[in-house]
Amino acid sequence: MSSDLFNSDLSVVNVGLDSFADAIDGAGGQAVRTDWRPPAGGDGSAGRAVAALINDAQIDAANETAFAKYLAAQPILEGVGRAGDCLPGMGERTITHSGPPVAWEDMCGPVKGAIIGAIIYEGWAADEAVAKSLADSGEVTFAPCHHHSAVGPMAGIISPSMPVWIVKNSDAGNMSYCTLNEGLGRVLRFGAFDAEVLERLNWMQDVLARVMGAALEGLGGIDIKTIMAQALHMGDEVHNRNAAATSLLIKALIPPALRSGLDQAEIAAAIEFMAGNDHFFLNISMGGCKSMLDAAHGVAGSTMVTAMSRNGVEFGIRVSGAGDEWFTAEAPVVDGLYFPGYSMADAAPDLGDSAITETAGLGGFAMAASPAIVQFVGGTPADAILRSREMQQITLGRNAALTLPALNFGGTAAGIDVRQVADQSVLPIINTGIAHKEAGIGQIGAGITRAPMECFAKAVRWLADNKAPG
Amino acid sequence: MSALQKIFPNMYRDSVALMRLSAEASDLPGIEAVSAIMATEANIALLAEAGLLDGATDAGPNDLLLVIQGGDDTAITAGAEFIESALTETAEGPSEGGGAPALPHSIETALGTHPAANLALISCPGEYAGAEAMKALRLGLDVMLFSDNVALEDEVALKTMGDELGRLVMGPDCGTAIINGVPLGFANVVRPGNIGLVAASGTGLQQVSCLIDDLGGGISQAIGTGGRDLNSQVGGRAMIRGLEMLASDPGTEVIVLISKPPDADVAKRLMDLASACAKPVIVNFLGADGGAGTLEEAAHLAVAAGNGETADIKNLPRHNLDADALEKARAALGSGQGSIRALYSGGTFAYESMLILQPLLGTIWSSSPLNPDGLLNDPWQSRGHTVIDLGDDIFTRGRPHPMIDHRLRGERILQEAADAETAVILLDLVLGYGSHDDPAGELATAINQARDIAEAAGHWVHFVGFVCGTDADPQHAARQAEVLGNAGVLLTPSNAQAARLAADIVGSGS
Repeated sequence: MSSDLFNSDLSVVNVGLDSFADAIDGAGGQAVRTDWRPPAGGDGSAGRAVAALINDAQIDAANETAFAKYLAAQPILEGVGRAGDCLPGMGERTITHSGPPVAWEDMCGPVKGAIIGAIIYEGWAADEAVAKSLADSGEVTFAPCHHHSAVGPMAGIISPSMPVWIVKNSDAGNMSYCTLNEGLGRVLRFGAFDAEVLERLNWMQDVLARVMGAALEGLGGIDIKTIMAQALHMGDEVHNRNAAATSLLIKALIPPALRSGLDQAEIAAAIEFMAGNDHFFLNISMGGCKSMLDAAHGVAGSTMVTAMSRNGVEFGIRVSGAGDEWFTAEAPVVDGLYFPGYSMADAAPDLGDSAITETAGLGGFAMAASPAIVQFVGGTPADAILRSREMQQITLGRNAALTLPALNFGGTAAGIDVRQVADQSVLPIINTGIAHKEAGIGQIGAGITRAPMECFAKAVRWLADNKAPG
Repeated sequence: MSALQKIFPNMYRDSVALMRLSAEASDLPGIEAVSAIMATEANIALLAEAGLLDGATDAGPNDLLLVIQGGDDTAITAGAEFIESALTETAEGPSEGGGAPALPHSIETALGTHPAANLALISCPGEYAGAEAMKALRLGLDVMLFSDNVALEDEVALKTMGDELGRLVMGPDCGTAIINGVPLGFANVVRPGNIGLVAASGTGLQQVSCLIDDLGGGISQAIGTGGRDLNSQVGGRAMIRGLEMLASDPGTEVIVLISKPPDADVAKRLMDLASACAKPVIVNFLGADGGAGTLEEAAHLAVAAGNGETADIKNLPRHNLDADALEKARAALGSGQGSIRALYSGGTFAYESMLILQPLLGTIWSSSPLNPDGLLNDPWQSRGHTVIDLGDDIFTRGRPHPMIDHRLRGERILQEAADAETAVILLDLVLGYGSHDDPAGELATAINQARDIAEAAGHWVHFVGFVCGTDADPQHAARQAEVLGNAGVLLTPSNAQAARLAADIVGSGS
């Protein structure tokens, strides 16, 4: 085999000194200019690992398979169940949390608070002190939601008695679960566990779950992707803005709820509860995204990211071809917009499983759909469009089912490729709420952040080390 | 009259978008009616009322239902294909807002927009350069690796991979090349022609290509290999590949190989390949026996061979100063003035100069001497006859290369002029892409200051130099030479002649 360099017009990809490109253009050649930056943020060993993974036929085929499974997934909201009964492997003394694994003693304030609240809610302890000592004792198992086919926003706490949305991917059959959204303010997912919080959780477990379950039964399920697709055309990116999707959900649920034969006062309370919370759809969005991405997980050789998630201490990602591995880094504190009286100094590091939406091509990736919240990305719709376009550079493809009007109805960028993140040093963008670092104070701001490069550097090293020969 | 019904399950599109799409499809030839709708009860009722739907459909509210009526099946199939491709199209059309697309951040993304690219020119910091070169090879590109500080084992790995893939890997530390007439890196604008070069030395390649141009010849391709290519570990992989490529290139009739003396086994392999080649191969391994002795001789041999002639290199001029002028130059020197101080920006020029001077003058001191006993203890301080390469790492650490920034060389010129021993300051001036815009102007300023210093100390210093470049270069060789001439520099056509002239000025005559 020999190079045919001398027999073709010279076209030069220029990596480095721009003056060389000027010379090539000046002399009648064609220079393809790059805005090169050190791969993997300058991590040399990760940069070399990427070089070993680029343009590999086996990896590309694996990614095609994984991405096709993601595209084909049809997450259907089927009903509401009890976490202990639904979540695979959960058992009766497990509490799940957001993000990668973390030991009780290392957890951040909001997660610890939410766990104490969950222990009291379950009746395993009567008060905070007893709950703490129970958590200390090791008698309660703590595990990531992601290890039990589930996701949870912020602290992500799921205990066995809690109601969960049941999502089935009608294409591949995989099941996913997510808690029901409690609303804003003093809520368990920000670490609050006072009487009002526990009372609300009990009401959700009893009334809300019953009404939602009956309404969904009446409907025979709701296609989550269709609501997402509509909401993207109505100003939501279905992570930090869910106003339209929540309205569409309520619209779908009211008729079957009214026909369910349940107590009218309960139905009214449930509808009022949904109507009072613009983020009610968020947890369903997360469950839907989890459903699509779990379908793509476990394809040997694939470099597609199937989860990005944070526990308030560490940021972790999972990759389709890397099995149960987590690739983690310190969770960043979000430099966002803060509510009056709060600042970055009050913020917990990035927290929650909700970055599953970005992993599925929504949230920050679909920022162009959501002019209402562009203040978080620099202020203009043009900035939002730039973010969505930038994400096209690090993804395997576009999702034709989820289109963005501002990009002339182009599909949203989806299927993050760890190779591209590392090779281009372009980090996935994430829209996120910001929790107070102390338990129970709640949300103190919102903004955008980027996934840490270290996660992707570790992932490409692992993938290069574990690459199939040939 | 024919009709088609198609369900796209679980596909959502906005009703306005669907109406527009339906309208576009109904303009296609042979189509009478098209309706694409979300299959809600209300929409299905509308279709039925419009007579577009017979009976029931399996489509539900989350499904997209397409109904087409038209003259024949072909038209309907075309209409359905039109709609289906519009529905599954993921790319966006031209969009307002958002600005121009940003430049690609990687070689792979650059290839996404320019799939016909065939070479990567890599000049990023050395610690990242090996990985970039590997990506380029994996992506099917030939590589020119300008960056230095790439580990030797990485160079071996890259060139081995290049051989496996049938790709050329020029470098690392490949400063110059000319491919298909396009200068890459630090390269001169030379006439196209039938002579192909493969060089392990950047300035060697520049000198030979410029002299060939000056002698009326031209260059087909000029391939750089990087300075370590011909050592025992790398084994001359790039030079061998370059030689093979030129041997089979119909545009190349004569081949020139340029290098410092290679590893003995590598040299033998190359000599064997050269003699087996069907084209004339001129070997210029500086300082080795056989072949061309100097870069200038290599250029003469190549041009002659390109014209089907033989060069009389035994009778090339020693230099271009006549006996009278030489005598005058000697007479201008004081009794204590006997030393040459050669301040080069090109490493190969320094090397060739030492090869010429040492037999004539004895020990030549240097920071990279021919023999270890000529090593300068302090590279910043000359003694006796000194030849230094200011492009050496010792001098460039933390500052630009002297072909780009002349400040360091300017300072050293003043330092040498102040030394009462200095008789001749020997300089190269390298032009071409990548070099300083006006190096002669920079040097002339330093030379004029140096003359003032020497004069104040009561002695005269000679400046001898040559211009490596062509009149087609951005700096224009003739104009640069004129500036140096006006500053009183004795100019020769080549480095070899400059070195011999310097030797003759300080020597007792030849």
